[in-house]
Amino acid sequence: MTWVAILGAGVGCYLLKLAGVSLPARVLEHALVERVADLIPVALLAALVAVQVFATGTRLTLDARAAGLAVAAVALVLRAPFLVVVFAAALTAALLRLVFPGW
Amino acid sequence: MVDPSPAERRGIIRDGLGIGLATGLYGVSFGAVSVAAGLSVLQTCALSLVMFTGASQFAFVGVAAAGGAPLSAALTALMLGTRNTLYGLKLAPLLGFRGWRRPATAHLVIDESTAMSVTRDSPAAARIGFLSTGLAVFVLWNLFTFLGAIAGNLIGDPRDYGLDAAVGAAFLALLWPRLADPRNRVIAVCAAAVALGAVPVTAAGVPVLVAGGVALLAGLLTPTASDATEIPGR
Repeated sequence: MTWVAILGAGVGCYLLKLAGVSLPARVLEHALVERVADLIPVALLAALVAVQVFATGTRLTLDARAAGLAVAAVALVLRAPFLVVVFAAALTAALLRLVFPGW
Repeated sequence: MVDPSPAERRGIIRDGLGIGLATGLYGVSFGAVSVAAGLSVLQTCALSLVMFTGASQFAFVGVAAAGGAPLSAALTALMLGTRNTLYGLKLAPLLGFRGWRRPATAHLVIDESTAMSVTRDSPAAARIGFLSTGLAVFVLWNLFTFLGAIAGNLIGDPRDYGLDAAVGAAFLALLWPRLADPRNRVIAVCAAAVALGAVPVTAAGVPVLVAGGVALLAGLLTPTASDATEIPGR
């Protein structure tokens, strides 16, 4: 089942790219298409941040991940590159768990 | 519309390789996070090869890690992948690929290759930027995904290394450039709130899809929009 999802979503993502380079450019001029397409990544990424950090299964939780996220935000404000942001968050959570096991 | 000089070509290719290296390197974090989410090394590499669009891949393994159904993971990845459709629409007239070249190069339509070609002032320069960046990212992203997946398999409990916290940080970094727009900040807060509200009452993976509905609703309700094909943060 996981394989079906991986290959299905993978091929689907390719077809979305192919549709873009094949469709006439005037599709973009449709205002609703443009608005919704602009907003989808924002909404999904924000939701993914929230769920990745503050949820465990179907429970809301507050643990070392939240501290990692805070450090990541500071790194982003300081215009750190992607890898530094991700590494800083992981390091923060790892160190906190070293001090407070199980957090 | 003048063709680029040899020096200019070399400059564009060098930039493409640089972007490829920087982006490829974070394939290590994807590989490690993916095996931590319970995917095998082979499945992880298949995602990078076939899906080849970072945000969708991180979303897929993120939903899987949270215990979401494979279908939820796939739908979330596809919704994020619609971004590349817009990039393609913008790129097609600029690159002017015809016939078999179109399906062959479509796979390279991603954030980075788009950013490195839409700013060029001739089709030749745009093609060089697109192909050098796209191919460099493709090769290195897949190589480093494999290395990250192998390393991730060797290190034991990923939580000890804070890898679960790295995923949230990765999504925040991808989101960050888009938050320059005040309207997007409102959408982001609403979507996050809706997703968290849905966590206790829906199956894992569903809250993120519900948040996608926020985007749809906001699109229907808001009168004006910024340029959807603008590459944020460049």
